[in-house]
Amino acid sequence: MNSESLIEAVALSRFFGAHCAVEKINLQLGRGEVLGLLGPNGAGKSTTMQMLTGNLAPGSGEIKVNGIDLLDEPRKAKCHIGYLPEQPPVYRDMSVNEYLRYCARLHSLEWREAITAADEAKERCNLQEVQHRLIGNLSKGFQQRVGIAQAILHKPAVIILDEPTVGLDPIQIREIRALIRELGEEHGIILSTHILPEVQAVCDRVQILNRGRTVFNDKLGAVESLENIFFELVYQDDPAVVVSVAAEPEVSV
Amino acid sequence: MNAIMVIARTEFRRMFSSPLAWSLLAMMQFILAWIFLLGLSEYLERVQPQVAMMENAPGITDLVVSSLYLWAGLLMLAMMPLLTMRLLAEERMNRTLVLLTTAPVSVSQIVLGKYLGLLLLIAVMVMMLTLMPLSLMLGTSLDWGKLAAAVLGLFLLLASFAAAGLFLSSLTRQPIIAAISTFGLLIFLMVLYISGNSQGSASELFIYLSHFGHFLSFLDGVFDTADLVYYLLFIAGFLLLAIRKLDNDRLEG
Repeated sequence: MNSESLIEAVALSRFFGAHCAVEKINLQLGRGEVLGLLGPNGAGKSTTMQMLTGNLAPGSGEIKVNGIDLLDEPRKAKCHIGYLPEQPPVYRDMSVNEYLRYCARLHSLEWREAITAADEAKERCNLQEVQHRLIGNLSKGFQQRVGIAQAILHKPAVIILDEPTVGLDPIQIREIRALIRELGEEHGIILSTHILPEVQAVCDRVQILNRGRTVFNDKLGAVESLENIFFELVYQDDPAVVVSVAAEPEVSV
Repeated sequence: MNAIMVIARTEFRRMFSSPLAWSLLAMMQFILAWIFLLGLSEYLERVQPQVAMMENAPGITDLVVSSLYLWAGLLMLAMMPLLTMRLLAEERMNRTLVLLTTAPVSVSQIVLGKYLGLLLLIAVMVMMLTLMPLSLMLGTSLDWGKLAAAVLGLFLLLASFAAAGLFLSSLTRQPIIAAISTFGLLIFLMVLYISGNSQGSASELFIYLSHFGHFLSFLDGVFDTADLVYYLLFIAGFLLLAIRKLDNDRLEG
């Protein structure tokens, strides 16, 4: 792993009422690393990502982005974050060009810089052919790509993608995975998903969450079968599921 | 400051890229022009012959222009909730608020930007309305002081509607609920004025609390700092509440 640490989150916890969504999670991310955040639904992946992007205040713990404390200096730290939530935050009544330039301006780029940044992001995400169209008229795949373009256009150190390939067709999935690999060479990327092959295809390291806790954290190279580990760890304290998995070993995901 | 302007400009532009602003301006202009013409013809045929001999007679500014601005205020009471409901509630519903909260801008910049964008639209509306009395310049002279007071009063009244609507829009993720509650609040403030003036239970306090009472004194051509301060406090109060509410989202989740 690279020595330079882009995200340094220590002992993050978050309660919603009495329900504990995330409990004492530690998370590190180095430059040039793609980290896969894996877990069943409701494991706390999205909550963790919301905390890392400053959209949700952690109950306890601290987060440093590129060495800047996210809770003390949110605006400075947020300059280094690009975030694609589960649903791309696009305005349906704006054209791709307008939208991307607006996003660039929000990141306090000057007008000219904003146009250049938007052009570069469009090129990376293959959006040139639709640049004048309204986002609301684009297909889900294109909207997703606009969402990714929005997350990378200010060249943030950290890119956080929440289930970036949900709802895309196989060709689009392959394109987006290739894009993530490419971006992963210069940025640090955190990717959440519950698709195991996706993790194997793009990630360097995997961190598995279950019921708000980290149950596994290792490089993918050291892992023999991600699927075995996943089922073993995630369902170990849930006997009902272990039985059903044992009875039906060929679970395809 | 810069981020506020970026948000305000985009907000303003988005209102004009949908039919919303156009239909609002067209409808307001049509109805108010009708009212203006009615008032004008009544003044010419009935009032003018009667008052022609009087000294210090009420002029056209008192009779036609004041009632025009009063009507504009009343109409906007019904329209403003439809404009403010989209500001934050719609962003919540479409999950686009994340874009702003992830960008390196503060919550106050978001709220002020959105508010300023709407104020721009209000200013355009008031300006277009003011063209009508200005057209009277062709044939007569106007009471400039009174006209200026009416313009300022209407603008402040609408700005206070907008601030209240913006706050109520920050409370919910359903635009329609934001609209209904805003409408309810604005009507309630008007009812306060009516009940304050009613026989038997007249109350200075109710009249003072209602934004309509302050508006009426502007229409009479009275520029009182107390009225101005009332509106500024009203606006600042609701904007602060909206900022607090959005900030709280991050903490509560």
